Amino acid sequence: MKTDINKLGLDVKWQDMTTGTSVVHSGSSAQFNTGDWRVDTPHFLEDQCKQCLLCVPVCPDSSIPVVDGKRVDFDYDHCKGCGICAKVCPFGAIEMRKGAK
Amino acid sequence: MAIRERLSGNEAVSVAIRQINPDVMPAFPITPSTEIPQYVSSYVADGLIDTEFVPVESEHSAMSAAVGACAAGARTVTATSSAGLALMWEVLHIASSDRLPIALALVNRALSGPININADHSDGMGARDCGWIQLYAEDNQEAYDNMVMAYRIAEHPDVLLPVMVCQDGFITSHAVQNIYLLENEAVKSFVGEYKPENYLLNAERPMAVGPYAVTNYYMEARRAMAEAMKNSAGVIQAVAKEYEGISGRSYGYFEEYMTKDADHVIVIMGSATGAAKDACDKLRAEGKKVGVLKIRVFRPFPAKELAEALKNVKTIAAMDRAESFSGNSGPMAAELKAALFDAKQYPDIVSMVYGLGGRDITVEDMESIYADLEAGNFESKGLPYRYINVRE
Repeated sequence: MKTDINKLGLDVKWQDMTTGTSVVHSGSSAQFNTGDWRVDTPHFLEDQCKQCLLCVPVCPDSSIPVVDGKRVDFDYDHCKGCGICAKVCPFGAIEMRKGAK
Repeated sequence: MAIRERLSGNEAVSVAIRQINPDVMPAFPITPSTEIPQYVSSYVADGLIDTEFVPVESEHSAMSAAVGACAAGARTVTATSSAGLALMWEVLHIASSDRLPIALALVNRALSGPININADHSDGMGARDCGWIQLYAEDNQEAYDNMVMAYRIAEHPDVLLPVMVCQDGFITSHAVQNIYLLENEAVKSFVGEYKPENYLLNAERPMAVGPYAVTNYYMEARRAMAEAMKNSAGVIQAVAKEYEGISGRSYGYFEEYMTKDADHVIVIMGSATGAAKDACDKLRAEGKKVGVLKIRVFRPFPAKELAEALKNVKTIAAMDRAESFSGNSGPMAAELKAALFDAKQYPDIVSMVYGLGGRDITVEDMESIYADLEAGNFESKGLPYRYINVRE
């Protein structure tokens, strides 16, 4: 059974597909840029942020990294631009802008 | 030591399932395959096997449960017929594309409509492009033998595709015939234990089954499946060879019955082969060079081997127990013609549709087909292919 996901990508050959397109690994989405179909993009306005961290658990794609108890800038490789974080932010510290960047 | 028995086709397949003792059987009853889940559930109730029998609410659920069970890591079997297979259709593709080695005992029956419960191959032929291996049986013995061989083919690491083990409704499924069974132990050691490399219940290696594949991946996934189907051809042969060693019965992609020097050959699948063989015997006794070629493996389609076996033949009746409404021929006939065309062989081939909805076909019918082949009478009325025993 073929299980190597490292060769998967937009130019993968059929010989390198995993058997049944299965993914025999956990946490494998870290290896794939799934943010490339984003239409709108959240922007982190750090000086407005009070570090309440309300945005972190509502992100469906775990795209708001937390380092030493503080949120840092978005993980744009995985953010789909859904905008939930911007809605939930009480301080206007996340601004949604049109476009993928 | 072989066990001499007399069993119906349904019971023969059920005995094979009992001897295999699969982990899970989700099933929903439908004529004429109902007896298979019925027998298996009685084996479970009697403590003969420890299969988890799952009575589901529909065939769509039966195949869905089979997909779930097999992905979880269980050796899985189900059975159905006709409309039941049609209701499974969506999930048949899931099973094959997820590369799950499920075995399905298909008891071939006409599809509606008009609604009819009798034998024909319209269910199996309708599912021929679902990515399943398809083995068709002539009689109870072959149905049993194919079932015993099914998992060895399906679970082979170069294959990992589901298998349909097909037999004709009522004619094979309900008629009691003499049969040789293998000892329980012989089947157990031949089939072996199912040890999937990866499975959902393996907490050590979490896995995702059946993820979405965008355009960039879909064709590559299908091409990989096509390779698995191609690989299954060699595995089917190797498993048959090994099976011959324990059973004494030899199986290939097809059976050649007096075809070696034959000018006129009937190519056929399933239970009606016997009538063709009887007619062939009779005509051979009269010195006619006739033969029968019975296709056992329809998927993968043994195109090159068929062309080789038929290379000296002058005329062929390609007989389909299914109407595919192509307006040109029956489904098997179309593939046979393509196979011979690719091999640059151009015998006269007449596509014939027979036995729909359980319509009888007799030895006399087969004799008359041979007579037409010999006389070069390929006439058909109003269609490019011929309907046998239709009133017109």
